[in-house]
Amino acid sequence: MTMPDAAEPRRTLSRPDPPRPTPLLRVHERLGATMTGFAGWQMPLRYRSETAEHQAVRRAAGLFDLSHMGEIAVTGPAAGAALDYAVTGRPSVIAPGRARYTMICAEDGGVLDDLIIYRLADEEFLVVANAANTPVVHEALAERAGGHDARVTDRTAEYALIAIQGPAAARILGPLTDIPLDGVKYYASHRARVSGHEVLLARTGYTGEDGFELFTSPADAEPVWTALTDAGSGDGLVPAGLAARDTLRLEAGMPLYGSELGPELTPFDAGLGRVVTFGKPGDFVGRAALQARAQAGPGRVLVGLVGGTRRVPRHGYAVLWDGQARGTVTSGAPSPTLGVPIAMAYVDPEVARLAPGDTPDGTLAIDIRGSAEPARLVDLPFYRRAD
Amino acid sequence: MSVPDELRYTAEHEWVAVNGTVASVGVTDYAQSSLGDVVYVSVPAAGTAVTAGEPCGEVESTKSVSDIYAPVDGEVIEANPEIEDDPGLVNSDPYGAGWLLRIRLADDEPLDGLLTAEQYAELIKEAE
Repeated sequence: MTMPDAAEPRRTLSRPDPPRPTPLLRVHERLGATMTGFAGWQMPLRYRSETAEHQAVRRAAGLFDLSHMGEIAVTGPAAGAALDYAVTGRPSVIAPGRARYTMICAEDGGVLDDLIIYRLADEEFLVVANAANTPVVHEALAERAGGHDARVTDRTAEYALIAIQGPAAARILGPLTDIPLDGVKYYASHRARVSGHEVLLARTGYTGEDGFELFTSPADAEPVWTALTDAGSGDGLVPAGLAARDTLRLEAGMPLYGSELGPELTPFDAGLGRVVTFGKPGDFVGRAALQARAQAGPGRVLVGLVGGTRRVPRHGYAVLWDGQARGTVTSGAPSPTLGVPIAMAYVDPEVARLAPGDTPDGTLAIDIRGSAEPARLVDLPFYRRAD
Repeated sequence: MSVPDELRYTAEHEWVAVNGTVASVGVTDYAQSSLGDVVYVSVPAAGTAVTAGEPCGEVESTKSVSDIYAPVDGEVIEANPEIEDDPGLVNSDPYGAGWLLRIRLADDEPLDGLLTAEQYAELIKEAE
């Protein structure tokens, strides 16, 4: 058989530099992880079975090394104003200790990255960017902060990032911290200690489950990881790699930069126009283009598809309506939770408007390597947790 | 990675076990490990003629899909009936219960061009 980048996530960006290790590389090697190059970093793809890791996160908890994510600090008296100009949302009104999901766009409205912005203090924000985009985001923020009394610093190398995700996450993490987790709301962050180590503890994630992300110093990453593993193994906590992370976020209908988001797409294309705050005072980069795009109506719509056979839709495959290509799959995988192939795809608005009853087998299909495999439209997300 | 001595191999990571005029075929431990969890296997039905080096099926895993190449010329006499319901057998027992096909050999010297265990072990060492 061919081995087409089997161990390589498809949208890896190639870079000339050798991949950077995270502070947890030795831990992954000790655990026997299958490592992969991802956005310039050496990352664990899976430890044992990615399906088992996925299911552990849905049923108990998983532990992820996300130290490849970029952390960019924006500080100073005008940090909020600088960010209001730089991104689509309005970070200046985030309360200290809270966080928001937002995007940074080019002048033409194309998405440069999707971001989580944590406000740590009145004059201190932490912008978390995708690994592959961190240099671009840092550069754009620095340029857009020009003229504001604000300072933009790439602090990626100063942080390790560990996520514990799943219904058992709070139960496992709670006894190790010095703060009550009941008081940490979704999209909130607190300075805390985890088994004695200083962390920024945030209730955020990318799996569709409750969970926490812990920003630590690189030196503390291994002891924090080990403390969580020791505390959680009885509750079914397992280490989980990038392969499980991708299927978890796909089931949860969360976009991935490079698949559902990119420089040719606006937030509106992805159905995420809510991240654009036109009502904020002052200009922001991309305002005119995004305003026009918001008024024009969608040229394409992001939808969820469920495959009717066991063959799996993959990134780039054509979506067929009455035999004609009317869209493109952006992400696809066998869903461990649903037991069927699932995909997100950009399709023509006319196709997106079809009710599920309008898509009998054979009319809506996905071209899977030359064969039209039946599919049906479903609402996103594919999976929503019960609580 | 397990590379049993008694089997022959292809550079495309199939293994072949010849018993008289019948070749059993599967994918190697290295292949299943690189693929990750196998979720679907498509192989030709009994009666299908296959040609060495030509694609004759595919293996879907969580992250990728790969062609299976026929390692020998011949006619498929059986596809593993267990694989449809339990494709994970390819991961858990690639040289045993995870076999894919039995092929009646068309050729008297079918092993021409196949790799020995030693050669295959060398090949995957280079790939790593």
